[in-house]
Amino acid sequence: MTNDVAIEVRAFSQYFGEVRKIRGLDLDVHRNEILGIIGPARSGKSTFLCALNRLNDLVRGSRREGTIRIDGRDIYGPDVDVVALRRKLGMVFATPVPLPRSIYENVAFGARMAGVHSRDRLEGIVRDSLEKGGLWDEVKDRLDTSGLKLSGGQQQRLCLARILAVAPEFILLDEPTSGLDPISTMKIEDSLRRLKKDYTVILVTNNTKQAARVADRTAFFLSGELVEAGPTAKIFTAPDDQRTDDYLRGRFG
Amino acid sequence: MAGTGSKRAGNRLERNDRLVRLALLVVAFSAVSVLLVITVFIVGQGTPIMFKYGLKSFLTGTSWYPSEKLFGLWPMIVGSLFVTAGALVIGIPFGLACAVVLTEFSSKRVRRFIKPVIELLAGIPSVVYGFMGVIILVPFIRETFGGPGLSVLAASIILGIMILPTIISISVDSLQAVPPSYREGSIALGATRWQTVKMVLFPAARSGIIASIILGMGRAIGETMATIMVAGNAAQVPGSLLAPVRTLTSNVALEMSYATGEHREALFATGVVLFVIIMVLNTIANATSARRRKQP
Amino acid sequence: MKRLGPRLEEKAARTGLWALTLITVAVLVFIIVFILSRGLPVLSLEFLTKNPVDMGKAGGIFSTIVGMVALSVLAILIAAPLGVGTAIYLTEYTWGGPLTRIIRFGAECLAGIPSIIFGLFGFILFVTKLKFGWSILSGGLTLAFMLLPTIIRTSEEAIKSVPPAYRLVSFSLGSTKWQTVTRVVLPSALPGIVTGIVLSLGRSIGETAATIFTAGSALRMPTSLFSSTRTMSVHFYILAREGISMPKAYGTAAILIIAILGINILTYYLMNRFIKKYS
Repeated sequence: MTNDVAIEVRAFSQYFGEVRKIRGLDLDVHRNEILGIIGPARSGKSTFLCALNRLNDLVRGSRREGTIRIDGRDIYGPDVDVVALRRKLGMVFATPVPLPRSIYENVAFGARMAGVHSRDRLEGIVRDSLEKGGLWDEVKDRLDTSGLKLSGGQQQRLCLARILAVAPEFILLDEPTSGLDPISTMKIEDSLRRLKKDYTVILVTNNTKQAARVADRTAFFLSGELVEAGPTAKIFTAPDDQRTDDYLRGRFG
Repeated sequence: MAGTGSKRAGNRLERNDRLVRLALLVVAFSAVSVLLVITVFIVGQGTPIMFKYGLKSFLTGTSWYPSEKLFGLWPMIVGSLFVTAGALVIGIPFGLACAVVLTEFSSKRVRRFIKPVIELLAGIPSVVYGFMGVIILVPFIRETFGGPGLSVLAASIILGIMILPTIISISVDSLQAVPPSYREGSIALGATRWQTVKMVLFPAARSGIIASIILGMGRAIGETMATIMVAGNAAQVPGSLLAPVRTLTSNVALEMSYATGEHREALFATGVVLFVIIMVLNTIANATSARRRKQP
Repeated sequence: MKRLGPRLEEKAARTGLWALTLITVAVLVFIIVFILSRGLPVLSLEFLTKNPVDMGKAGGIFSTIVGMVALSVLAILIAAPLGVGTAIYLTEYTWGGPLTRIIRFGAECLAGIPSIIFGLFGFILFVTKLKFGWSILSGGLTLAFMLLPTIIRTSEEAIKSVPPAYRLVSFSLGSTKWQTVTRVVLPSALPGIVTGIVLSLGRSIGETAATIFTAGSALRMPTSLFSSTRTMSVHFYILAREGISMPKAYGTAAILIIAILGINILTYYLMNRFIKKYS
């Protein structure tokens, strides 16, 4: 983890029609850290992730205020290539969604869309991504079988490998282990710890203990606002805000 | 692959996407354009003569003798109406019965047998139905009830059979769209299956069923080949169920191949009348379906 | 009317409903058995591969098969791209505004127009005004417009049934809309789209009123797009109506029914196989 700020969010608000899902967000994401985002349901955590990779743009009636700078550039600027931006911030969703294709084709999918066609390059990318995602050993002999045949935990690691194949800088995860068994959860958390060396990870989780295990810094969202953010140890032992303390102790949630 | 991308690359992709969108919009308008073109042509070719001879006399005149420039469509309009009404008399009870049996009273196994049968019914060409009518139904009517056999009755029966798949499939959809809680609630209150159907399901699925009937009506009015074969095609107002009859569609189809000049234009005009009737029916059916979709 | 007790009413209703249903099924089975029993004996390799001779009294029906295939193929070649393109636009590129409603209204209206009107229209525009004459071209174009609404509807349903999550995944991996449509949505929707096309093929087989006025009824083997030709159903109609040859008529009808049966079975098979593959 470094102190180098990779993402700078200033006074950011997100609207869908008349509904405001995020208000006045000021947040920094440091390079090569794992930032955990915790908070009760409907706090805007997932909305925030989707604002980072501009997936919110696809929703009709979406509007935003404020700025988000990634690597110094405003991602909502006039000459931003949204497609490249989305490759730069890979996203893993709560429910694993393997495409109805083979494992190989799932991982190669993003790379193909980015224009990689050489068989050799693709094979290298697939192997590399599956290794980084912690799935290579389990599937290396059956790359041609359907991705739908994997177990839940394996599918989620497949989704992780899939985004790694497009060489992102950031990995966004939206409650990635919420439906998984403890062993799969542990495998994914291990992968994240390994990956933060080369990537910056933002992990949205409704499991506060997961944040405590894995995150370097933690941010607490409540009703679309950032309550506080800081080093995980501090947030969990001596938070500044009473609401953070209440949530962590389970007084509401 | 990293980085937020150059301005040029981004614009190219956006431009491509916009081009694709425009191209698809043009393609999507094909259906509308075809409809427009059809309307323009049919109406364009058919209306002049209607006004030349007077709209009223054209629609209500009872004599159709093209060789003597008499173009009265009334017998054919009545013919279409009678035959359609007859088709509904047969199609509605049988169709709704099948729909109800399919959704409420049959096991999965039985359903798996009956459903393909209904779909097959929908696929049989109209000329085959007409043929069966000529070979079997018409002689039967002639022998049992008298008359030429080629009659309103024959046409009604054949058309009734032909619109069954339409009524059945749309009614089945509507019945299946009724939430299971309606059924469960009714049974829980002690109603029998049939009472549930009669008092809960039919009202709930009403607009869908009505839409299916209207669409069936449209199909019956628009049917040509089968009616030509069994209806007798006499251009006079049918006096009874057993009298021969000519429908608007048959009128067009029978004389098209040899009609010239004003005769031909009169046939186009028949097409216009048919077209208007169908459009009105379709709009009503769409409106009822739209209401159905809005139902909870 | 004396009011029946609910139990009795239930029994009466059930009996009545089942009676009506069984009569319906019986009618269909009767039609099929009747035609096939008289038509199958007429079928032979010769029947299928020889051309009609002597107005159809002798020989086979080969030229009519060719005519039918030619018309259907031409119609599909025109209607499929237009229909699938329209469906893609309606589901992926609009949100249901007034434009969508106009397009949908157009397609629904087109679906309700009877075949004789299409025949009339085809006759006016293609045969007469554009001077194509009675030809495969006129018939194919007319048939294409008739199949368009069905293809639009079935393609739309197929595309709509692709899980939204697939699109999200595709976008989040960095793809343009068109890439998502062609590489994720369409491949998954393809079975449904193909089924819809096969279904409309079935419709075109039985189509008589429209083809007789646009493609004509020439018995000769068609030699070009501008040849007039007779489809099987038209041939059947003429044979039956003019009383030329009852056995040949039954044979032709049998082929028609077998073809429809075959297409229905193919549709089921396609749908089942692809549902298994993708779920």
